[in-house]
Amino acid sequence: MRRGFDIKHYGGFFALTCLCLFILYAPLIIVMIYSFNDSPSITRWESMSLRWYRDIFTGVESEKFKVAAWNSLTIAISAATVATMVATAAAVGMIRGGNFRGKSVSFALISLPVMVPEIVTAVATLIFFSAIGFTLGTLSILVAHIVFCIPFAYLPISARLQGIEACYEEAAQDLYATRWQTFRYVLMPVLGPGIVSGFLLAFIISLDDFIITSFVKGSGVETLPTAIFGAVKQGIKPNIMALSTLLLLFSILLVTCSYFIGKRGEVTHSEP
Amino acid sequence: MPTVSAAFAPLRNWLMAPSWLIVGFFLVLPVLLMLVYSFLTKEFRGGVIWEPTLAAYDQFLFDRGLFGDAPPRLQWAYIQIFFRSITQAAGATFFCLIIGFPTAYFIATRADNAKVVWLFLVTVPYWVNLLIRTVSMKFLIRDNGPLNEGLTALGLIDAPVQLINTNVAVQLGLFYSYLPFMVLPIYAAVERYNFALSEAASDLYAPKWIILRRILIPVVMPGIVAGCILVFVPSLGAFLAPDLLGGAKTFMIGSLIDEQFKGNAGNWPFGAAAAMILLLLVLIVLTLYARSQSRSKV
Repeated sequence: MRRGFDIKHYGGFFALTCLCLFILYAPLIIVMIYSFNDSPSITRWESMSLRWYRDIFTGVESEKFKVAAWNSLTIAISAATVATMVATAAAVGMIRGGNFRGKSVSFALISLPVMVPEIVTAVATLIFFSAIGFTLGTLSILVAHIVFCIPFAYLPISARLQGIEACYEEAAQDLYATRWQTFRYVLMPVLGPGIVSGFLLAFIISLDDFIITSFVKGSGVETLPTAIFGAVKQGIKPNIMALSTLLLLFSILLVTCSYFIGKRGEVTHSEP
Repeated sequence: MPTVSAAFAPLRNWLMAPSWLIVGFFLVLPVLLMLVYSFLTKEFRGGVIWEPTLAAYDQFLFDRGLFGDAPPRLQWAYIQIFFRSITQAAGATFFCLIIGFPTAYFIATRADNAKVVWLFLVTVPYWVNLLIRTVSMKFLIRDNGPLNEGLTALGLIDAPVQLINTNVAVQLGLFYSYLPFMVLPIYAAVERYNFALSEAASDLYAPKWIILRRILIPVVMPGIVAGCILVFVPSLGAFLAPDLLGGAKTFMIGSLIDEQFKGNAGNWPFGAAAAMILLLLVLIVLTLYARSQSRSKV
């Protein structure tokens, strides 16, 4: 091979990659920096302080944020739990249920919530709840969240299950394990990381949702995104930047956890 | 080839039932109901009256005056909104491709452990709340925001450039929102690409850019198409970018639909019809995609 000649190398691609990452991170980093600004104005930089972080927990709007954060968390935990159970069952049915009629329809049904534009789901769900006389509130948000969390929980679980060879379950069944025992003691320990990572992704997706929540929440109930949106509509204030920074770091923490759990599982699995 | 295991086949229906029921009852049924609603008469304070009419679809095309008795005139306002949504989504897709392809290619050709780090860096922003990302963009590009101040300080511009409330801002917001969606599928395709093909072409004296254009790009095309779909579809129905970064002149379908259901001034059948048309557009795009995929498999 000629010196300095690499068939895979294209000049400028590295620069564009750096530009891509710069575009992705610059706005987030700038907001993070400005959230430590002592000034009540978002334009002028005064000095570093944690003033706005104290403000979210003790300021005038702190009560509103606490309630919103509580709603967001409880809804996200419940929705992700239900979605993960439904998705795990579906993944076992799809990938360990042999070939069956309607398999592709079932797959389409599971992935439907990510294919339909969010705003369409939001409108349809609102119309449906209003038609059947379902009171809008925490429960309606929860139901809507479960639906769109299912595909996000399904993906990592099914991906992992596809990577597990069927011989373990077959061996267990040859030794007269019931199907429940096979699932609980053979499949579940190997599938575990996929389930955790599915749960975390569903949790983040639920925590992040704005559009669907804003349609089905009714009046009075707020989650963090709807509370932030409402505040931003009156102009970006420094406390919103502090709140956003916290939420942002929380999401990054969860994604990192989900990633490493998925990875760790893979390593132990690939070792014989 | 993974073996098709059937260890849980007898329980299959029980395992599938929860997802069938939940998605069927809370998504398929509501979409069908939305279709019905788009043909009903509007109630003035939100909601509908159960009388069938084509008024919602008629309203897209014709203006019949305030009381609906004037002679119909073709009106362009809503057609324009749809047209703008399509061009904005297409623009976002184009720019994401311009930046996303080189990024995906670069990452896919790194060594294994470096690859993981780069890929992780691209994925993280996707999982950060879209609302927060859009607000950050608004903060960055507002009239006296860091971008304008930085450019003024550098002497590149004399006075702040107004970006907020323009189509450019919405375009930037859409591009920023969905950029990771473009990178991931292209990355997956380039990773599977066999570089022996490029080497063979190079041995036959093909210049590098010809190799890229005539061999690599055609081979990874399914990934490129998938990335474009993943950016175009959510951009088309986007709400946050046009709402927070744009103004009345940059209205897109998402804002139009949202307006019909918030507060008392809305028009539910019209909103349902707009959502139906949006869904139809998305279905057309997805069907074309599915066709192209099945053709490329042959």
